[in-house]
Amino acid sequence: MLLAAAGWAGLCHAEGVLDPQGPIAAAERTLLLNATAIMLVVVIPVMVLTVAFAWWYRASNTRATYAPDWSHSGRIEFVVWSIPAMVVILLAAVAWGSAHLLDPARALSSDQKPVRIEVVSLDWKWLFIYPDLGIATLNQITVPEGTPIEFMLTSTNVMNAFWVPQLGSMIYTMPGMTTHLNLLATNAGDFAGFSSNFSGDGFSDMRFTVHSLPAAGFHSWLEVARGEAALDGEAYSRLAQSGTDVSLRTYGQVTPGLFDRIERDSIGLSAQTMGH
Amino acid sequence: MSAEAGLAALPAAEPLRSRSGAGPAPVRIVVGYGFWIFLLSDIILFSALFATYAVQQGQTAGGPSAHQLFGLRNAGIETLALLFSSYTCGLAIVAMEQRRMSAFYLCFALTFVLGATFLGLELTEFAGFVARGAGPTRSGFLSAFFSLVGLHGAHVTVGLLWLIFLVAQTAYRGPLDYVRRRLLCFSLFWHALDIIWVGLLTMVYLMGAR
Amino acid sequence: MLGKLTWQAIPWHEPPAMAASAFIILGILGILILITRKGWWGYLWNEWLTSVDHKRIGVMYVLLALVLLVRGFSDAIMMRTQLAMAAGNAPGYLPPEHYDQIFTAHGTIMIFFMAMPFVIGLMNFVVPLQLGVRDVAFPVLNSVSFWLTAAGALLVNVSLVVGEFARTGGLSYPPLSELAFSPGVGVDYYLWALQISGLGTLLAGINMVTTILKLRAPGMTYMRMPVFVWTALCSSMMIVAAFPILTATFGMLLLDRYAGMHFFTTDGGGNFMMYVNLIWAWGHPEVYILALPGFGIFSEVIATFSGKQLFGYRSMVLATLAICVLSNMVWLHHFFTMGAGADVNAVFGIMSMIIAIPTGVKLFNWLFTMFRGRIRFEVPVLWTIGFMVTFVLGGLTGVLLAVPPADFQLHNSLFLVAHFHNVIIGAVLFGLMAGYYYWFPKAFGFTLHRGLGVVSFWCWFIGFYLAFFPLYAVGLLGATRRMQHYADLSWQPYMIVAEVGAVVIMCGIIATILQLVISIRTRESRRDLTGDPWEGRTLEWATASPPPAYNFARLPTVESLDAFWVMKQRHTGNTSNVYPAIEMPRNSANGFLTAFFAVVIGFSLVWHIWWLVVLGLAGAAVILVSFGWRERVPVEVSGEQLAADEAAWRGAGVPG
Repeated sequence: MLLAAAGWAGLCHAEGVLDPQGPIAAAERTLLLNATAIMLVVVIPVMVLTVAFAWWYRASNTRATYAPDWSHSGRIEFVVWSIPAMVVILLAAVAWGSAHLLDPARALSSDQKPVRIEVVSLDWKWLFIYPDLGIATLNQITVPEGTPIEFMLTSTNVMNAFWVPQLGSMIYTMPGMTTHLNLLATNAGDFAGFSSNFSGDGFSDMRFTVHSLPAAGFHSWLEVARGEAALDGEAYSRLAQSGTDVSLRTYGQVTPGLFDRIERDSIGLSAQTMGH
Repeated sequence: MSAEAGLAALPAAEPLRSRSGAGPAPVRIVVGYGFWIFLLSDIILFSALFATYAVQQGQTAGGPSAHQLFGLRNAGIETLALLFSSYTCGLAIVAMEQRRMSAFYLCFALTFVLGATFLGLELTEFAGFVARGAGPTRSGFLSAFFSLVGLHGAHVTVGLLWLIFLVAQTAYRGPLDYVRRRLLCFSLFWHALDIIWVGLLTMVYLMGAR
Repeated sequence: MLGKLTWQAIPWHEPPAMAASAFIILGILGILILITRKGWWGYLWNEWLTSVDHKRIGVMYVLLALVLLVRGFSDAIMMRTQLAMAAGNAPGYLPPEHYDQIFTAHGTIMIFFMAMPFVIGLMNFVVPLQLGVRDVAFPVLNSVSFWLTAAGALLVNVSLVVGEFARTGGLSYPPLSELAFSPGVGVDYYLWALQISGLGTLLAGINMVTTILKLRAPGMTYMRMPVFVWTALCSSMMIVAAFPILTATFGMLLLDRYAGMHFFTTDGGGNFMMYVNLIWAWGHPEVYILALPGFGIFSEVIATFSGKQLFGYRSMVLATLAICVLSNMVWLHHFFTMGAGADVNAVFGIMSMIIAIPTGVKLFNWLFTMFRGRIRFEVPVLWTIGFMVTFVLGGLTGVLLAVPPADFQLHNSLFLVAHFHNVIIGAVLFGLMAGYYYWFPKAFGFTLHRGLGVVSFWCWFIGFYLAFFPLYAVGLLGATRRMQHYADLSWQPYMIVAEVGAVVIMCGIIATILQLVISIRTRESRRDLTGDPWEGRTLEWATASPPPAYNFARLPTVESLDAFWVMKQRHTGNTSNVYPAIEMPRNSANGFLTAFFAVVIGFSLVWHIWWLVVLGLAGAAVILVSFGWRERVPVEVSGEQLAADEAAWRGAGVPG
């Protein structure tokens, strides 16, 4: 009991799924808590009844009624099928609505123009390309607060997954195809990002950080970034080969169309070039 | 385990209203039923490959496509051979039940020849594709094709070997109970392969050559 | 000459692997030496290894499962220890190359070589007895099935000593499991071991379906079958429907790896999303294949120990059949995050919730079986009540995960890991432990030590909550599964509590082992002379403990549900001392030899030793042909023998 309380306290004050920093994560948290509450209405009485019946009808309790041949009651059956059915109908409606509302590919409504980021998962690092801004970063994302972010994701070789719990939904990254994700960071802050699909020995090191900055701060960051070294074909090949890389880097220029090339070529890339 | 003992234990009084309470079934029915369940599982094995084929039929990776490869004439002859072999198989089983043993051996010989013809034609087709650079490693489409049609061909091969064994056992032991049960299972197997072939013909050859 | 096999295959330079290998080898050697010195080889060969008796085969399955439980659990506690240590990016004691093999082996072993054999073993032992017949439909095939499963288990353990195991996670998704990204032998060991044991499982499923549908005692209509038989039937039907998909999928991955084909590769038109779909089209029914017999065991246990007929029999049957059908329609919920789109995700999410309805109905029916019963708190009842409170929580998190946007935040996190352990340990493991204790006296003629059973239960119950509830929490904090180390120090307390839980569970496992040893040593004080130690309701209690090879001297005539209970109330039973002679199948070495060649074929395929593959296949073919060719001479059991056996049993004071 004590442990549970301590754990719960730790959970409430920590970062993660229960500490949303964006509308998607907030909606998902509400969903989690509401659905749990609805189900607890049934689950807790069932748990209590189980223990209560087991206790009251124990063999040594001579006060309890014993009805050895009673094994059917239409009324009870009706209730017993209805209760789970009603809970499921309610949650099904919630599931239908929320699955559509919170579909990762659904663009977020906002009067701000979205920042587009192309995400590439490599073994074992994250590359983020900003196609409209002509820059790229490694293992970190910088975005302006309150602005929708439109992610286009792919992978160079194996399946991976992009996850920032405080901002919301995760999505798989897969070679030879592009997945789509839309998130938004309401406030400024730093949010932890993870890879959530096992991809080999360096998987545990595939972490990144999302820096959400106020608009002015984002522009100054952009100015500084533009001065950094370029990500050309040669720099990219080195990146693609080097194994686990947890360094934080910014690239001031990116070869145009790099993301599309990566997505197309990953269909033909083998382990040799990936340096396994 | 013995059906007779089970039936002997039934009270002689009223007949049971439900057939499901009639006691353990006779061995012939148990064996046939079990073999049917096995065939159903085999059909599910094929459906996984059918599903994969359906998904991958367009994935030619720049290589040859169904339209370019499949010849309907060849597929047609294969179909005739296989379907006729099923017919002769059925005749053989009938001959067995009537103990007309020369008819039995003749019909099964025909079944074997027709089945081997089917197999020969299929292997020739495969070899031809490989020679044209359209082997199973060329593309996802061809991997799916070779595995689906190839699995069926492998079943036919196993069937032919099984047929040789059974005919030999019939010749050596005579039409004993258990030998006849096995021949029945074989004929179920052979007919099931026909059914699968019809599916293959339709989905792979007819739809592919369009 | 020896394909890819070299002396480097043995992990000379890796202390953990060498230690584990030494342990296994010494253990096996020790057992072999013990058997030789005691001169038990003849007995073992004649009475167990070549037995086609469903009871013996069932016991061997359960023994295999218990041994592999220890192996699978060792993997688990190694993982827990690593995570308790590896906070703040500390390396821990297990480098990734080992850690990755360990979590892959843990999942593979627990599902395929612990849970499946345990479930199939109990079904094998109990179902023919509950049906009132002498054996399953195909006894020799039954032996083959067991030995193929054992062959697969052996191959997985050989990979520890010679070579490596897969490092891809329990279901080996491509592209990671393709040759390009897993060039070693690990994935090959995984695939061949599971193909071999998968064949065994499929044959067992076919056997069980045929048995239940075609071999029942006279008078046993479908609606008079015990609920455990219904769950065994549905589980076996799902085996027949799902395992061919697994065989096909692994076959395709093998063709990719061995023959350069392009089913799931990233190039050449391969589509690895197809693998994900296919593997889960098998994978979801698989968990219900395991859970349904667990539910069946709870139904039997709660009815027997409440002294009351199971509440809502028809409802239970309907719910079981509903689960059987629905479980084939939900597979996509395992990969909502693969981007199938809102409509598809929503449909599968809703289907997944619908399965909660029949499951909930079952729970209520157990509750109302206890209501107005007279409950005896034997060990199986503890497991049942523990299951009821634990499983509802697992079901709750399951329905949560079935809501796609919730899954978008929880997929592949430790929250997911906690959920599926919650439901599997609750339904499957608790059920198997209940069934083990419940049917042990029937199998061996004496009950298990009660006190150690109680200890084992409480260790498992408390240990489970300690080990897995912190994982729910830390998953919500962002912890993903399969990570070997993590940066955030605030996660470490949760990991340490989980480690403590694992240690408590270990005490539970030790208690079970001790229970077995002590029960055997003190068995005379707990002999079951009547065959009915629990005041049972179903036909397996209507014969001696252990039953004679032929189960029943005369097949019982069934007049109702809970056939044996009614027979006891009405004092109907044997009225005649004359028994017709019966025929029983003879032992067969077919199963053992088939498995021997399966191991040879599997091992040589892994290492690309092609000539040995051919030899192995030839050997297997010879076995098959010679088995098919042989004269079948059953064993006769005379009427006099039957009468004498019955008299000996009933002379011990058994009511007719």
